[in-house]
Amino acid sequence: ARAAKLTLPHYECLTPMFMPVGTQGSIKGLTSGQLEELGCQIVLGNTYHLALRPGAELLDAVGGLHEFMNWQRGLLTDSGGFQMVSLLHLADITEEGVTFQSPVDGKQMLLTPEESIRIQNKIGADVIMALDDVVKTTITGPRVEEAMYRTLRWIDRCISAHSRPRDQNLFGIVQGGLDPHLRQGKKAKDICVKGMVERNLPGYAIGGLAGGEEKDSFWRVVAQCTAGLPDDKPRYVMGVGFPLDIVVCSALGADMYDCVYPTRTARFGTALVPEGVLKLKHASMATDTRPIDASCSCMVCKNYTRAYIHTLVTKEAMGSQLVSYHNVFYMMRLSNDLHTSILEGRFPE
Amino acid sequence: MRFALKAGGGDGARCGVMNFGAALAPVDTPCLLLSTRRGLPSFVSTDLLPELHPDARVLHVNPVHFLEGPPVSTIHEIGGGHKLLNLQGNALVSLARDSIVSEPDGEGNTKLGAAFNTSSGRRVIGPAKYMELVNALKPNVWASIADELPTWVSQRRNKLSVDRTLQWLDKCLGLQSVGENTSFGTIVGGASIEERKRSASETAKRNVSGFFIGGFGLGESPEDRLTLLQSVTDCLPKDLPRIISGLGMPEEILQAVSTGVDIFDSTYPHTLTKGGYAMTFPLSMDEKPWKFSLEDGAELGADFTKINLRSIAYRCDVTPLKPGCTCYTCQKHTRAYINHLLNTHEMVAQTLLDMHNIHHYLSFFQAIRDAICGSYFEEFQHWFIGQRRYCESECFDVNVSLLTPEAANIL
Repeated sequence: ARAAKLTLPHYECLTPMFMPVGTQGSIKGLTSGQLEELGCQIVLGNTYHLALRPGAELLDAVGGLHEFMNWQRGLLTDSGGFQMVSLLHLADITEEGVTFQSPVDGKQMLLTPEESIRIQNKIGADVIMALDDVVKTTITGPRVEEAMYRTLRWIDRCISAHSRPRDQNLFGIVQGGLDPHLRQGKKAKDICVKGMVERNLPGYAIGGLAGGEEKDSFWRVVAQCTAGLPDDKPRYVMGVGFPLDIVVCSALGADMYDCVYPTRTARFGTALVPEGVLKLKHASMATDTRPIDASCSCMVCKNYTRAYIHTLVTKEAMGSQLVSYHNVFYMMRLSNDLHTSILEGRFPE
Repeated sequence: MRFALKAGGGDGARCGVMNFGAALAPVDTPCLLLSTRRGLPSFVSTDLLPELHPDARVLHVNPVHFLEGPPVSTIHEIGGGHKLLNLQGNALVSLARDSIVSEPDGEGNTKLGAAFNTSSGRRVIGPAKYMELVNALKPNVWASIADELPTWVSQRRNKLSVDRTLQWLDKCLGLQSVGENTSFGTIVGGASIEERKRSASETAKRNVSGFFIGGFGLGESPEDRLTLLQSVTDCLPKDLPRIISGLGMPEEILQAVSTGVDIFDSTYPHTLTKGGYAMTFPLSMDEKPWKFSLEDGAELGADFTKINLRSIAYRCDVTPLKPGCTCYTCQKHTRAYINHLLNTHEMVAQTLLDMHNIHHYLSFFQAIRDAICGSYFEEFQHWFIGQRRYCESECFDVNVSLLTPEAANIL
């Protein structure tokens, strides 16, 4: 486990760090001011969705996503690769790139490595991600190997297309499935790690995980990758997630995480607590006058009871806002605890 | 709660001060109550209220919203409405009138109670159940439950509602344990001047600290409303405050202010926010009116009083909702961003719009108070209504291009 300082054009971050996801230019239900108060360091935006609405040219014209949403700290954009999995029924993947059918208006959009980087250059995030060939973690066979080699070919195209290397950091993504064996006993992930490291990028992400695979496979792959990635560059495990997974991955040497889970589960009335989760919709909450988490110092836990929030969840927008507020704070507190406990030498506890 | 008149006080518009006790700062009237659902504003959490506007601290909390929980015993355990809702430092006013979800429609009220639509169906609430909730919430001010009806009911039914409402008032007063000087009597009477006067004078005989003028915004014409309101306030003691509910538009507020109403439960900001509108009407007679033709207005997605942020005209517009507005949203965000948030159905659009609209409306109330205290309220009212009227001769050409030069190619 390591504690580090990540200096970006817009913000100096402390890692390990969780990054909440603001897919379309906002974190659902929370204002930029609240995000600052909560201690968010980097927020994610999604290239695919932002290219559809409001559009890359508009974002460029107004000075980038930072200006557009008035968020002055760190921004990171995903390349659009994950949509290959989440919107697979609308996608067609070839060597050239991915053709998507827009879920908004049915229009076709071809996302090539060059196009993804071009859009990300216009969005202007501090960290941008390479377009990778993503396969579902549960898939096995030759498609996995194909995706891994293609990802390596695409990273070179991304690097060439990148027009703002001074103010945007291009991270490469390690793909290769859950450790299938290839010729000469070499594992797919190892080949990809080696390939990425050779390109000497500002940071590296471990992709293709967090898709429902078995935990044993998940942790082993993370360990395998962090062993091969350089110490002096950040390691970003994409799509993680559950607090326990973040703690374990930090123990294995990773630094950055993102997931929709904390904010999404909030909208369903589930709060994150040290013991796990608290389902505020449950009937037992109706008379529970304790705060969501007695050890939490956020505005929601200091001022509201489970009984009151129970009346709001799934019925009023305010319910989503309050639980989201707590859940984001919980993840920020987790990140901060990880960082300081490592510094103070008490991470194992 | 203690009320004192500051200015005016004849038969017309008046300025006053409400003192809710040592813990809360006094509130100047005429004033606006913030609407809530289940106790909290729909879109603006309590941590954002101080930034919203200095006057954003008097809220309408409807006891009927608490029928589905928390249980009365739990509310007592927690220590009342202010603690439950994290609204200590704010004044809570409880009325049994819900202008957003469940307007009184005349069906379902019986001798046992008034009918309300909740998310678990129609419920009939009588004085006993109502006071159970009021006593648990302990608002700073509460009004008795009433047999509120729309104006189209029969004379006989209307007369019955006045009798019933008085009975319920007496029952509520007998059951209350909220504290001294918290009880407001509710006045009904529909569109009958006679019944209105009867309801008002009878209610004034009770030991109440103020009046909730119910039954308006339910089918009376604006002209009738003026006469009816006047007939009510004529029968009420001058030194006690009057609350009204169900009036939406600024013109209606001004009309009621001119008859001597002090406190307003209005859902106008909420309605505009839900529709994606931002208020832009001028608040001062010095502000230059912005009038344009109906055609230009359609292209701009605007009329003289508000802009429709869903309109494509704002897609690239990086100016604030209302240039010069000092609210959180106008200081931090642009029309283009709100337009995008509305397009993508992002929740925070409503939060940001509501913060602007409530701010703007609270500023409108400040302008009203300034006009009354400065003895120019009638002039202000006349000016305000005049500048909202469409007049061909006053229009001038508007450059509909709101795009920056760089962004001009994008659309």
